[in-house]
Amino acid sequence: MDGMHDLGGRQGFGRIRYSLKAETFHEPWEKRVNALYSLAVKLGIFNMDEYRHAIERMEPRHYLSASYYERSLTSLATLCVEKGILTREELERRAQGAFPLSTPSAPGRSNVAAREHFKPGDRVKVKTDYVPGHVRMPGYIRGKTGVVVSESPTYPFPDAHAHGVKAADEPTYDVRFSTEELWPNSADPAFVHVGVFQSYLERVT
Amino acid sequence: MPEQSHVQQTTASVEKRVDAIQAAFDERGMKPGEFVEEFKHLAEEEWVPENGARVVAKAWTDPAFRQRLLANGRDAVIELGLSMPPHHRHLVVLENTSTVHNVICCTLCSCTAFSIIGLPPDWYKDLEYRARAVRQSRTVLKELGLDLPAEMEIRVWDTTADTRYMVLPMRPTETAGWSEEKLAKLVTKDSMIGVSRL
Repeated sequence: MDGMHDLGGRQGFGRIRYSLKAETFHEPWEKRVNALYSLAVKLGIFNMDEYRHAIERMEPRHYLSASYYERSLTSLATLCVEKGILTREELERRAQGAFPLSTPSAPGRSNVAAREHFKPGDRVKVKTDYVPGHVRMPGYIRGKTGVVVSESPTYPFPDAHAHGVKAADEPTYDVRFSTEELWPNSADPAFVHVGVFQSYLERVT
Repeated sequence: MPEQSHVQQTTASVEKRVDAIQAAFDERGMKPGEFVEEFKHLAEEEWVPENGARVVAKAWTDPAFRQRLLANGRDAVIELGLSMPPHHRHLVVLENTSTVHNVICCTLCSCTAFSIIGLPPDWYKDLEYRARAVRQSRTVLKELGLDLPAEMEIRVWDTTADTRYMVLPMRPTETAGWSEEKLAKLVTKDSMIGVSRL
């Protein structure tokens, strides 16, 4: 889905709130949230692709205004309700107030039937796919051409794994794009490398 | 007065919402309290940048290890007694040189090799870094205090899959003859993310 989470290359953001030796956690509840969703993954209630997608499914207004760990909390609660572990009513009764959850999931998809194998140096194009469910193709590389620099081991295919759809594991390719290809005349000169799943790529001949 | 059903309930505080889930887990026998303590130990004691610093110092002093690290990062860090979660199936180590600078980010969420370089700092997970690092790399690095020469090639690595990345910083020139332990103390989390050079 082309969600609010897909931030790469979006303009208008200000300075990074950077500090040396910055902390990961600021409030004690943040560690609890991180622990609780890790526990749910460990217990097999959901996987990391489902977890990431439930964050992406937050309403954009909520996504942007929530802190990082509030997003974790919302994903955890949404998936526990969707999986039937607990109900929203129970959560709201216990919390004594509203407990906003993510929006419902749309269908996922399995691997592309004809997947090509690429080698370092191959020129590839990212397909112009638009899907309603989870996808790990950042929007800024859609339809763009780059060069394969390496291949990874195989991973569960996120577009399927986030939706309980059956699919084969597939490799990702680290693909190098120039910022001039990604944002002509509108970016700092650099190379951007993205880990792109095999199903998202086609050969450029 | 509006009907009761039209009144929006006030959102519970985030802390109360966490309490609600934890209590529900507890009632179902999932032992969340024990796991929270276990997680705190991992986050505070195990997933620390000192792990990556050991890897970097070893790579600086042992050319054969450096080769193995660049060829297969995951196997090489495991060789040093470090661990990566099972779903992090691949670790790519990005070597900085006098002409190439690498920097990592995750535009879609906050992915990092956290068991090696430490959990990601707050700013890495913020909207601003995620939006800008890929498109305005040189400007962003300069804002963070790293003013790279114009001729230095910048390579940004967006962590969009479960492959993990870490930057192998350049060894400072004034450290000839230093021990691995002393060298490791120089290496910071930020240098392994690539927003600083040593």
